[in-house]
Amino acid sequence: MKKNDMVLIAIILAVTAVCLLGMRIWQKNNTKGNATAVVTIDGNVYGEYPLSEDYEERIELPDGSYNVLIIKDGFAKVSEASCPDQICVHHNHVKYSGESIVCLPNKLVVTVQGGEDNGIDGSTY
Amino acid sequence: MKTKRIAFLGLFVALAFVLSYIEFMLPLNIGIPGAKIGIANLAVMVTLYTVGEKNAIALSIIRVVLVGLTFGNISMMMYSLAGAALSLFAMLLARRIGKLSMTGVSVLGGVFHNVGQIIVAMLVLETKSLLYYLPFLIIVGTITGIVIGIVSSLITARVKKVLSF
Repeated sequence: MKKNDMVLIAIILAVTAVCLLGMRIWQKNNTKGNATAVVTIDGNVYGEYPLSEDYEERIELPDGSYNVLIIKDGFAKVSEASCPDQICVHHNHVKYSGESIVCLPNKLVVTVQGGEDNGIDGSTY
Repeated sequence: MKTKRIAFLGLFVALAFVLSYIEFMLPLNIGIPGAKIGIANLAVMVTLYTVGEKNAIALSIIRVVLVGLTFGNISMMMYSLAGAALSLFAMLLARRIGKLSMTGVSVLGGVFHNVGQIIVAMLVLETKSLLYYLPFLIIVGTITGIVIGIVSSLITARVKKVLSF
């Protein structure tokens, strides 16, 4: 490893750290009490669920695959899915505005949208 | 000399294929979609530094098509093709500039592989929310890139000895 490699790695890590920090702060400031979990399938909005109420739904897709969405204690998560990789199931639960759970095989995305201005937040993100 | 190179390229294609299969069986399940160890990049890196640029491009394309047809589907092939193309482009450029050793080149390859996949996934799913994963993917790509870079420079030194006969 040369010195240049070290510099490159340091720059990459520093830039990402700054981005992460900025994102966290933005999320904290933009998540209000009435945040919702928006489920989209293949780009189309399937449903919107407030994070303040506990809720559970088995989302069936036309081709027979499914994802189970659970909202509990202000968090949203996917507890079960038919996809082979199970990445969405292992994913941490989401709570802050902008956070999302993605199931690529089923083309399903759960995104948290926070607060009153959520239309504007959605387009600026 | 020429036949030797062709033989090596064939070997590396087979190696890349096997490494992709291993990668497919051992997914990096850390809750980030698209995160990969990228061990197949080992074969690409060694080819790039021993057999040559054009052959490394050929190997990348053959690998993605083979793996896509064998283990995946068309959409998976699209993801990996975008990742492979972007990462190979970054690595070729970095190597041409010549300021970085193999480790740095491999780090760039790892980072851009993940970036390329996220961009395609964002286009396919039509959602910008995937951007949220980008920092994590870049960190994962950097770490795996360092490891792959060190290992491939060790392999390259040995392969060069054989090739120079």
